Amino acid sequence: MTRLFGALAALTDVTITVRPGERRAVLGSNGAGKTTLFNCITGDFPPSSGTIRFFGEDITQFPPYERIRRGLRRTYQISALFPGLTVQDNVYLACRGVSRGRFSFLRPGQNDALMHATETLVQAVHLAGVKDQRVAELAHGQQRQLEIALALAGAPRFILFDEPAAGLSPTERRELIEILTSLPAHMGYIIIEHDMDVALRVVESVTMMHNGRIFKEGLPREIESDPEVQELYLGGGHE
Amino acid sequence: MSLLQSTQFRPDPSANATRRALLRAWPELQNPAAWLVALILVIMPLIANGFFLIEIFATTLILGVIALSLMFLAGYGGMVSLMQLTIAGFAGYMVAVFGMSGNANISLGWPWWLATPMALALATLFGTLGGALAVRTEGIYTIMITLAIGAAFYYFTNQNWAIFNGHTGINTVATPHFWGVDWRSDIAFYYVTLGVAAICYFAVQYVSRAPFGLALQGVRDNPRRMAALGFNPNAHRIAAYAFAAFIAALGGVLQVWNYRQISPGSVSVGACIDVLIIAVVGGITRPIGPFIGALIFVLLRTFALDVLIKLGLDGNRFRLLIGLGFLAIVFWSSDGVIGLWERWRRRSASSTQRSGGGRHG
Ligand SMILES: Nc1ncnc2c1ncn2[C@@H]1O[C@H](COP(=O)(O)OP(=O)(O)OP(=O)(O)O)[C@@H](O)[C@H]1O
Ligand SMILES: [Mg+2]
Repeated sequence: MTRLFGALAALTDVTITVRPGERRAVLGSNGAGKTTLFNCITGDFPPSSGTIRFFGEDITQFPPYERIRRGLRRTYQISALFPGLTVQDNVYLACRGVSRGRFSFLRPGQNDALMHATETLVQAVHLAGVKDQRVAELAHGQQRQLEIALALAGAPRFILFDEPAAGLSPTERRELIEILTSLPAHMGYIIIEHDMDVALRVVESVTMMHNGRIFKEGLPREIESDPEVQELYLGGGHE
Repeated sequence: MSLLQSTQFRPDPSANATRRALLRAWPELQNPAAWLVALILVIMPLIANGFFLIEIFATTLILGVIALSLMFLAGYGGMVSLMQLTIAGFAGYMVAVFGMSGNANISLGWPWWLATPMALALATLFGTLGGALAVRTEGIYTIMITLAIGAAFYYFTNQNWAIFNGHTGINTVATPHFWGVDWRSDIAFYYVTLGVAAICYFAVQYVSRAPFGLALQGVRDNPRRMAALGFNPNAHRIAAYAFAAFIAALGGVLQVWNYRQISPGSVSVGACIDVLIIAVVGGITRPIGPFIGALIFVLLRTFALDVLIKLGLDGNRFRLLIGLGFLAIVFWSSDGVIGLWERWRRRSASSTQRSGGGRHG
């Protein structure tokens, strides 16, 4: 697919195929088009041309929420949360968004199944201690954790993680890797990550992007040792 | 699903937990001031005479309900709609058109219990359609399109004689009589407005914590993310307009029963803006705000005239006073009178803490 912003081609003829359950990293220097690729897949911005298939279904014309209801999930590079609501309400909304009763006028009861799912998810990302705090008051690392929780709600079939480790402390990074590796085997994902240590530890394949094109695809160790990639990655001016 | 089953969540079934949940859901329950206000409102007919009961309190409650519908849209949905009074006026007109009035050539003469639901349904439909137009826009454009709808309706009522009876409007509108009670007599009508206002207030409060209300606040904070969670943001916005339209329509029915007449002046652009002023002055973050704003507005409108004349000024300048008050509130507090009140309370709380707990920093 191709995505243009005015005269700027953010993506040019990018084709990427991921098997169900596959875990892949997308690497590339700043402005390579990684986030744009995600935005096209989720429908935040439609591609200028090309098609998107999700488990065989053509979803190119679907609005974002229809894609999400089919099991696609994403996180945002810059946290996109609901600052006026509590942590619990944020996660509850994520659970509600992919189930029935989005328009329900009835408050959830004590034994509501979604309340249980919310509680479980909040604990899974280590935010149980701050669940009644407004998101605006959270530390950066906690907001990143919440960002991930929102993408794990319901029964995801495929998740797009956009730089989930950005700005995390070493401990928080370890927790992130733990969460990623403990995801059920059928949940595939694509992770955009500049930190090779994180990226290459949690994936089985790597796609390297440069200037809106796919530059190289392969196994993590092939990519790591590829001289062209190394030159580009370091020469690209990153870190 | 190893992740989702990794921890077990057990709700605490004790009565204590139920009590806590109840208090969290209805914080008013543990606020003695709220109980006091509720008590005073209930025994008001013992204290106040007919003038205060209707001209001040019933009128406040009616305007409060209409402004509450704007508070719901603006506070929880981030949508400033200037057509809420228009929806209320539309409902009022429909009560007069379907029900009985002095204009027998226009009114269809239905009994009130048929005319009222019809008016509520049509006004809700009207508000929903207007909302469907307005959600295509954002911010200032929402204000403009809803104001345009309000202005168009005002001019339409002025010029349409077949249904709206032009600039004379519809007079001596019949009000409900049943169970041997004239529900427009002062005390009965006061309790009707109090009941409707209380139901609307608690409904808004309740819905704000229900999935629909939470999702609306999510749409307000970040519509793009809401779509990435599986919500259709525009569908939620339109549903919010529908809910708010129903509340505004209830206010409109009460208003036409209150004045027993309706004319284009009731739905003028100035009146639309008054509703905005009421909501903003009271505060749009909580459902109590519009009622406080309405009380201030009604008190000023009723008494500023006398006060100004006593001071030797032109009595017709009460709007100037309201305007200045509006300016001052917006300038001092983005959250109206409730915001001022809360800031004052926090400051006095922290100052007593400081004087009690020694000084540092
Ligand atoms: N909404 C937009 N409007 C205009 N140009 C955009 C927009 N979003 C991205 N671009 C441009 O498209 C190109 C690719 O951006 P993209 O965000 O996809 O890069 P990235 O690979 O995610 O980079 P980073 O590592 O900095 O996140 C950049 O040149 C960027 O300036
Ligand atoms: Mg990016």
